Amino acid sequence: MTMETEKKMIEVQNVRFVYPHNNEEENVIALDGVDFHINKGEFVGIIGHNGSGKSTLAKLFNAIIFPTQGDVWVNGFNTKDQEHLWDIRQTAGMVFQNPDNQLVATIVEDDVAFGPENLGVPPLEIRTRVDQALAIVEMQAYAHQKPHQLSGGQKQRIAIAGILAMEPECIIFDEPTAMLDPSGRREVMTTIRKLNQDKNMTVIHITHYMSEIIGADRIIVLDKGKIVMEGTPETIFKNVQALKKIGLDVPPMTELAYELRNEGINIRDNILSIDEMVEALCQ
Amino acid sequence: MLKDVTIGQFYPTGSIIHKLDPRTKILLTTAFVVILFFINNLWGYLAAFLLLGVIILMSKIPVGYILRGIKGLVLIILLTVILNLFMTPGAVIASFGPVNITLEGVKIAVFMALRLIFLVIGTSIMTLTTAPIDLTDGMEWCMKFIPFVRRFAHELAMMMSIALRFIPTLMEETDRIMKAQKARGANFETGNIISRAKNLIPILVPLFISAFRRADELATAMEARCYRGGENRTRMKQLIFARRDVVAFVVMFLMIAGFLATTIINIPLLFPL
Repeated sequence: MTMETEKKMIEVQNVRFVYPHNNEEENVIALDGVDFHINKGEFVGIIGHNGSGKSTLAKLFNAIIFPTQGDVWVNGFNTKDQEHLWDIRQTAGMVFQNPDNQLVATIVEDDVAFGPENLGVPPLEIRTRVDQALAIVEMQAYAHQKPHQLSGGQKQRIAIAGILAMEPECIIFDEPTAMLDPSGRREVMTTIRKLNQDKNMTVIHITHYMSEIIGADRIIVLDKGKIVMEGTPETIFKNVQALKKIGLDVPPMTELAYELRNEGINIRDNILSIDEMVEALCQ
Repeated sequence: MLKDVTIGQFYPTGSIIHKLDPRTKILLTTAFVVILFFINNLWGYLAAFLLLGVIILMSKIPVGYILRGIKGLVLIILLTVILNLFMTPGAVIASFGPVNITLEGVKIAVFMALRLIFLVIGTSIMTLTTAPIDLTDGMEWCMKFIPFVRRFAHELAMMMSIALRFIPTLMEETDRIMKAQKARGANFETGNIISRAKNLIPILVPLFISAFRRADELATAMEARCYRGGENRTRMKQLIFARRDVVAFVVMFLMIAGFLATTIINIPLLFPL
C-alpha cells in the first residue's frame, strides 16, 4: 500500500450501477461514471434530490450492493472481494434512515452489543465497548430501556452507538434525519459532528437537508446518477440557481444573500450562517 | 384492544424465582409437565399442588393474576371433563338416559382437569417470572441438545427475539392504520362476524406490506452490522448457573423422585380411586 492509498478511506473509481429490469430497455441507471475519493478524518456531505443515486452510493460503500462497472475501495479493500466483506463492513459502519427498522434487540444495551457480538468480540470487551459507545451518544441512562419507548432521535443515537461499538474508522449516514422531528434532527446532528471533530471519525453524511452539511469539509452534489458539483460548502452553495434547478434548496441565509445581490446590494455570495449574514450586513 | 394480549407476559417482582437462570426454569418446567402426565393418583396431584403453591408464594406474583391465565381455558377443561365423564367404559355409578357415568370416567375426568390446570399454571409461572429475551436465550441453549433442531437453534432464537422486538412496533402501526381507515369511514365495530372480518382487510393489507418492508430493511441493517448467523458469534450477557440454580435442580430432582415413588408404591388412599 502506498502513502496515497493509506490516506484514502473510500475510493470510488468510475462507478456505474444499474438496477436490472426484466425488460432491458427499462433498466434503471442509478449511478453513471461516478468518481471521487474520501480522505481519512474528512466530513463529506453528499446531497441530491430523490432518485439522484445517493442511497445507492451508500449501499455501495458498505458492500451491500456491488458496482455494475468500476470499483469501490474501502480502506484499501475492494468491495467485490468477498474475503474482506466483514472487514469492510466493520471499517465502514452504516446508519440508515428508519430508526425503527435497524434496532434488533428488545433492550437498548443488547442492541448496541449486536455488532461486536457478530464480530466475535469476547464478552467482557463487548461490555466496555457498549458502555463507551452509549457514553459517546449520551444515552447511558437508557441502557436498560426498550427501543420502542424512545423518541426517534434517541433511537437513531442508539443506532449510532451500535455502529460505534464495532469500532469503525468511518461511518456512513444514509439520510439519518429524514424521519425525525426538528429536535431529534438536532440531537443526531450534534452527535455526528462530535464524532467527526472529537473522535476524528471519517463521516459521510448523505442528506437532502443543506443546513446539515454547512459544516462539512467537502460537499458532493449528485443529480441523475452523476456528480454535478464538488467542493467546499461556500463554493457549492453560492451556485444558488444551479442548485435550485436540480431541485435542491440552499441554506436560507445563502438564498437571502443571493436575493439581495439580485436586488443590487453588494454583499458576499458565500454566506452560510446567520452570524455571517449579520457580520456582512453591518459592515 | 390489542394491548390485552397476555400470552407470555412478564411480571417482574425481583424474587428469587425471577433470578433463576432461564435454562433452569425451562428444564424444570419441562420436567414438571412430563411428570404431570405420569401421576396416576391423588397423592401425586396433592404434591404437585403444594409444589406449585410454594413456587407461587416465592415468586411474589399475586395468585389471582396467575389464575386469570386459566380463564381462557375453562371451555377446553370443561369439554375434556364432560367427554371423559361420559365416554369412559367401566363400572356404572349413574346413568342419564342413554349416557352413563362410570367410576373410571370420574377418575380420568378429575385427573385430566387437574393435569390441564397444573400444566397452564406451571408454564405460566415460567413466562411470568422470565423476561422474554432471557427465555429466548435459554431456549437457544436448550435447543442445542435436541437433534435436528440443533442446527437451527440460533436462527430460531434470533427469529423469536426479533418477533418480540417488533410486537410493540407493529401494534402501534396497527393502531395508526386503524385510525387512518376509520378517518376514511371504515367501520370495525358493527355488523356480523363475517362483515367484521371483511372490514379487517384494509388494515391487514397495509400492515403486511409495511411488515415486509421492515423485514427487508432490518435484514440489510443486520448485514451491515456484520451479522452472519450463529457461527463464531459471542454474547455480551453470558448465562451463568448460580448456586440457587443448583439448589433448584436438587429440589426438583427430589420432587421428581417423590412423584415417581407415588406412582410405583401404592400409598393407601382415603377414597377408592
